[in-house]
Amino acid sequence: MIPLAFDYEVAESVDHAIELLGQHGDEAKLLAGGHSLLPIMKLRLAAPTVLVDLGRLGDLNYVRDEGDHLAIGAMTRHCDMERDSTLGEHCGLIAYTASLVGDPQVRHRGTIGGSISHGDAASDLPSALLALDANFVVKGSGGERTVAAGDFFEDYLQTTLTPDEVLTEIQVPKLNGAGWSYKKFNRRAQDWAVVGVAAVVERSNGSIGSARIGLTNMGSTPLRATAAENALSGADPSSVAEATSSADEGTSPSSDIAASDEYRRHLARVLSRRAVEEALTR
Amino acid sequence: MRRIQMTVDGNAHVAEVEPRLLLLHHLRENLGIGGVHPGCNTTSCGACTVHIDGESVKSCTILAVQADGHEITTVRGITENGVWHPMQQAFHEAHGLQCGYCTPGMIMASISLLKENPDATEQEIREGLEGNLCRCTGYENIVKAVQLVQQHEDEMAQHAAS
Ligand SMILES: Cc1cc2nc3c(=O)[nH]c(=O)nc-3n(C[C@H](O)[C@H](O)[C@H](O)COP(=O)(O)OP(=O)(O)OC[C@H]3O[C@@H](n4cnc5c(N)ncnc54)[C@H](O)[C@@H]3O)c2cc1C
Ligand code: FES
Ligand code: FES
Repeated sequence: MIPLAFDYEVAESVDHAIELLGQHGDEAKLLAGGHSLLPIMKLRLAAPTVLVDLGRLGDLNYVRDEGDHLAIGAMTRHCDMERDSTLGEHCGLIAYTASLVGDPQVRHRGTIGGSISHGDAASDLPSALLALDANFVVKGSGGERTVAAGDFFEDYLQTTLTPDEVLTEIQVPKLNGAGWSYKKFNRRAQDWAVVGVAAVVERSNGSIGSARIGLTNMGSTPLRATAAENALSGADPSSVAEATSSADEGTSPSSDIAASDEYRRHLARVLSRRAVEEALTR
Repeated sequence: MRRIQMTVDGNAHVAEVEPRLLLLHHLRENLGIGGVHPGCNTTSCGACTVHIDGESVKSCTILAVQADGHEITTVRGITENGVWHPMQQAFHEAHGLQCGYCTPGMIMASISLLKENPDATEQEIREGLEGNLCRCTGYENIVKAVQLVQQHEDEMAQHAAS
């Protein structure tokens, strides 16, 4: 359980990190909290020859109120988000979802930037960020670009990040009274989600105005439950069960030791109903 | 090789290490701190838990080079002049251990937990220790030990106030 040998560089700034990535090419990897990367390096499923450590970039650990949205620095740890009062007030979904990641020790190390960049469909924050219509700010040698969460995840552990890009900031719209929920189903404490569902629900005159649902672990990337979202749009709150019965449409969950694909589909429907119902009470 | 400097249990240490060296192995093998236990080696069991700058972390999933410049506390460093830390005393009094293998990690996780949430409820204590596995005790007495520390701290606060 020891990684293969690699060279280690400490980034002094985002630009320095980009420069180091440029020098070392595809063989280099960024290191944030290391709680996704180091486990796979110890299993020798990954063997980067250079690690560029972002751990000294304390100025990438922040939550800022930017008026209509909140800006979260990529190196903000799960435990920082869990306790952050600005997030708690304007985007409880992120603070709460962060509090469900792994265990306290994992949350003391793992970062939001690492959770997103790793591109694991079983991670909790990406589906919450999809449901929130978040934007990601990415910087590379070619300059800075902003990518919508919905365009970021491409395939299993595959994102739009190029080898010399650094995710620097996550921008989440304020909830402004919209209801929210995250339902994580796992078999044991500390485990990853068998399935997770994030919901953001806007109300309008006693009915559901619009609902956005993000699905964790229902395919090779985090997904939106588009069919259920359409069915919920303008629906009466009493019809949530019926509307969410299509929550698994268009998904392609895997079968593994934790659950069959059929069971995952069942969970997606049940958890979507519960998430929307809970969001309506908030 | 890379030169690192860290404070471990109050003492400054300088070392030349390979970047792939895990903090767990640095503490045990280079610094001889046997109280940091390797268990699963896969970030699951929490036996290897130590504090970095006062927060619980699993030392099997941190590179020694990542701890450069930081303050590390292991179970060895919480005893002061031979007097046990209140959490150690409570584990002893509440029988919070049997074989003792998970205990250093449990104690370090529990200290971090109460630091962040001194008034943790029983449920919060159970959830706060979810990163630590024990194969012997069934957890009941571990939870009681943490509650015992809370009680002692309440009593001390009342004592100080009266
Ligand atoms: C025991 C355990 C349980 C866990 N349980 C859960 C869980 O229940 N839910 C969950 O969601 N997660 C879980 N995780 C994963 C945890 O949340 C990780 O911390 C997170 O997925 C990755 O964040 P990191 O900062 O550790 O990233 P790292 O491991 O450092 O990096 C992950 C990947 O992202 C890249 N990267 C990191 N930062 C950037 C950046 N700013 N820009 C570009 N690329 C970057 C790295 O190069 C690497 O490829 C668990 C982990 C462990 C060890
Ligand atoms: S040895 Fe580190 S968590 Fe088990
Ligand atoms: S006391 Fe034996 S593992 Fe906990």
